Amino acid sequence: MPQYKILTGNYAVAYGVKLSKPQVIAAYPITPQTTIVEKLSEFIEKGELKAKMLRVESEHSAIAAVIGAALAGARTFTATSSQGLLYMHEGVWMASGARLPIVMAIVTRAIFPPWNIWTDHGDLLDQRDTGWIICMVEDNQEALDMIIQAYKIAEDERVLLPVMVGLDSFILSHTATPVEVPDEDIIDSYLPAPGENIHYPKISFENPLTYFNLVFPDNYMEFRYQIQEAMNRAKRVVMEADMKYYKLVGRRYGGLIETYRCTDANIVVVSMGALTGDVKEAVDRLRDEGYNVGALKLRFIRPFPEEELKKELLHKKLVIVIDRAISFGKGGILYTEISSALYEGRFREIPVIRGYVTGLGGRDITVDDVITMVERLITRLESGTLTHGWEWFKLRKEVVE
Amino acid sequence: MPLSIKNLPKEEILLQPGHAACPGCPIGIGLRIVGKVLGKRTVIVVPACCTSIIQGPYPYSAIKVPLVNVIFAASAAVASGIASAFEAMGVRDVNVVVWAGDGGTADIGLQALSGAAERNDNIIYICYDNEAYMNTGIQRSSSTPYKAWTTTTVTGKQEFKKNVPAIVAQHRIPYVATASIGYPLDFAEKLQKASKIKGFKYIHLLAPCPVGWRFDPSLTIEVGKLAVLTGLWPLYEVENGVFRLTSISLGLLDKSRRVPVEKYLRLQGRFKHITDEDIKVYEEYVDQLWEVLRKLHGKKIV
Ligand SMILES: Cc1ncc(C[n+]2csc(CCOP(=O)(O)OP(=O)(O)O)c2C)c(N)n1
Ligand SMILES: [Mg+2]
Repeated sequence: MPQYKILTGNYAVAYGVKLSKPQVIAAYPITPQTTIVEKLSEFIEKGELKAKMLRVESEHSAIAAVIGAALAGARTFTATSSQGLLYMHEGVWMASGARLPIVMAIVTRAIFPPWNIWTDHGDLLDQRDTGWIICMVEDNQEALDMIIQAYKIAEDERVLLPVMVGLDSFILSHTATPVEVPDEDIIDSYLPAPGENIHYPKISFENPLTYFNLVFPDNYMEFRYQIQEAMNRAKRVVMEADMKYYKLVGRRYGGLIETYRCTDANIVVVSMGALTGDVKEAVDRLRDEGYNVGALKLRFIRPFPEEELKKELLHKKLVIVIDRAISFGKGGILYTEISSALYEGRFREIPVIRGYVTGLGGRDITVDDVITMVERLITRLESGTLTHGWEWFKLRKEVVE
Repeated sequence: MPLSIKNLPKEEILLQPGHAACPGCPIGIGLRIVGKVLGKRTVIVVPACCTSIIQGPYPYSAIKVPLVNVIFAASAAVASGIASAFEAMGVRDVNVVVWAGDGGTADIGLQALSGAAERNDNIIYICYDNEAYMNTGIQRSSSTPYKAWTTTTVTGKQEFKKNVPAIVAQHRIPYVATASIGYPLDFAEKLQKASKIKGFKYIHLLAPCPVGWRFDPSLTIEVGKLAVLTGLWPLYEVENGVFRLTSISLGLLDKSRRVPVEKYLRLQGRFKHITDEDIKVYEEYVDQLWEVLRKLHGKKIV
């Protein structure tokens, strides 16, 4: 029987990890990730999880250690945030280039300077070119479920890429909600036994290999091509992992995106992470006021759900993208990515795409804020003055003027 | 049975002919000894360094044991991860070895090295010290000696060499040793000892580089010997905290048996510009070093 517990997002991650039975964990503390690793240490010390915990001296070494362990054939886990994620950056690239199915939780947090420990998606989105599969969850239950699914996706022989599971700092990481913890037996039947049936050439003395030596220009591109191909195949694997999980556990999330009241909507609000819960609430209230609004949750940033977005959004009137991160000199990151997906190969008959950059460094975005964002644009849409582009929201401009 | 060249395997276990090392390169010599002593159940972790190139380009490799190339600063951490995985999965009787240059050890990799040493992770860390960043074109490292020319110290380095084995010894690990390419059997014995100890083992191997040190490629062993015979590079081990001079260095406590430093320095183009004054500084340095070694020899130092 599944157990019901009141868990913070971080503890939900830890329970997901425990059920996935990694053999080696390496991590370095950073707020707001710390309680994940503390809980895992507790599981190990109480004998509830048989894993070797490497309490390394930096995030650079954390990612390096799980790379080594994964190459030796072990199932691995690590977690970090913000500065820690940036500090391990060359290791992040190494993990995907080495095609190792590492799972890493990212508690998304603003980047220094100045110091700020609250949520912001800049750290996670900074990783989007690294070759990792990147997903972001909406609530604590999804955090637990996606850690388990992440192993299923990463270790699939069609994929063999590492996976990041993102959750918002504090809003999820330190907020306790009811979470259903699945049965160990069920997850044992969902995931392969750790360290067995490995689909990559692990370190072996019978078949000794030289890993990652010098590659000249006549071969390098093909390694990159294979990562891109694996990303393409991952789209299907994500769906399959979700469906199989649904059959065994009874919960599913819809794959790369999740839609909410979108079918008959002519306006869709796209968001990612915990904010999506508020967006759904705002959609309900706007519907009560007679607006045909829907919500679309971006669950995966890589592989990017181009086809799904086109299918859901191309025929809409207005697409509103809320970004909790900015690419300086360009704009909202998801806004840019979604625009490029919807414009691809088409130069007319696409909706107005409008972005908001907001909520950076943990600035609170409420349901009322979302309603304001939508209503503002509807007014401009109706008066015929709305064009593609993005703007700031809830920016305290008076402070800098 | 004491080690001799005769009872090391004839077979090349680790490095095959056809590798890409320069003539006279000490890395090939060192790796061959590592293979012969540690055997086939050995994983080598290599950060960015000359060894990245020497093994040969994809899809070829001159290496016959599993070898993992890794990011420059992280070799000790990758090795810790491999050793942990083997432990977790019950893989026994293996050696997890880091083979890193002085840059990857004394500079950019020092943090990961210190972390793994402090945790006493079960690996053998070998620093082959050619006293500069050779792979990128002979730039100075913190292991480059006083007054040595490099491409970033064109008038000679102003600082002295960092004493990494001493730093590592302070981590209270079971085994630390120095070695020189000039004394392969001393190195082999230390490797053999290290392979029988559980925990973190560190061997700092002086590796004279003909290209970077500017000497004739036929003189690698000679230069490696002179470094020891002059007293500049003492051979020792620190086993469970007890310091002991080894091999030829045992006899050098008697100053009269030490070869003048000048002989070593003058063999190498990187010291071509040094003055009599500089040589004096070196002589004093050696004398002081041996006063310290005299006090340490046979004592528990950590
Ligand atoms: C993070 C990072 N910085 C710089 C480099 C460039 N780099 C490659 S090898 C090397 C020098 C290595 O020196 P050392 O460790 O002494 O080994 P050697 O080349 O002398 O054998 C440098 C600086 C790199 N690969 N990675
Ligand atoms: Mg060097």
